Amino acid sequence: MTDFTPISALLGGCLIGLSASAMLLFDGKVVGISGILAGVLRPVRGDTLWRACFIGGLVVGGLILRMLLPAAFDFGILRSPAALVVGGLLVGFGTRLGNGCTSGHGVCGIARLSVRSLVATTTFIATGAAVVYALKHVLTG
Amino acid sequence: MKACVVSCISGIVFAVGLGISGMTRPVKVIGFLDFAGKWDASLAFVMIGAIAIYFVAYRLIRRRSAPLLADKFWVPSRTDIDLNLIGGAAIFGAGWGLSGFCPGPAITSLASGVPSVGVFVLAMAAGIYLHGLVIGLRRFRIRSVPSGIQIAADA
Repeated sequence: MTDFTPISALLGGCLIGLSASAMLLFDGKVVGISGILAGVLRPVRGDTLWRACFIGGLVVGGLILRMLLPAAFDFGILRSPAALVVGGLLVGFGTRLGNGCTSGHGVCGIARLSVRSLVATTTFIATGAAVVYALKHVLTG
Repeated sequence: MKACVVSCISGIVFAVGLGISGMTRPVKVIGFLDFAGKWDASLAFVMIGAIAIYFVAYRLIRRRSAPLLADKFWVPSRTDIDLNLIGGAAIFGAGWGLSGFCPGPAITSLASGVPSVGVFVLAMAAGIYLHGLVIGLRRFRIRSVPSGIQIAADA
């Protein structure tokens, strides 16, 4: 369906790792995007500003991509609004219930050799693959 | 204040990393999750790159008694595998596979100005609030039953 792009994937992954490392070295924080966002949406006094700055940074980074690498937003597949609403609800609810997403569990947790994060990552890749399988190979043939 | 500048710059670098790697493109995410089709393994390399850097950095940084701009490290300490972890990850994965977006790429992609991304992010925020509501109700119900059941604090 898409080309295999290991070099750009590896390069982008290294930037993600560097960003997460800087957050640990300077601020002492683990980068879990779902947790950072949840802390902005349900603020706790004294623990919100750094989160808002990080989320703001993501959007600024997005604007830089839009100028310099517009292909980053060549989504390829964009589900219907109804499917995106369901998907968004599942992602928001699931990441809070499971205490993390691709960044917190998949990158930071696994790199810390956390068994919890390894279990979570295996689980969300498995159910993600199951849904993709159902949508692509069962429902649409 | 300095800590917030670091947060902002880290957010920018994180987003650029997501964009370069292909994580902001649902077609790549769904291609990665499509093990039964023409599997696109690219996104495994995102994890390999990020984990390799963070694996080394984490060990070096944790030798310090404190971070540079804060008085302590906030690192998860839980080791229990419970139903919330597995169920939550399963629910998240289903939404990830359905949409092709996880939280970081979705927020970054708001900058594209494409309305569908905004729809996803709003629904994601609603999902986060819904979780808070459900946990609040569960606590209330357990507190009102005089059985002495205690639930673990949410991490």
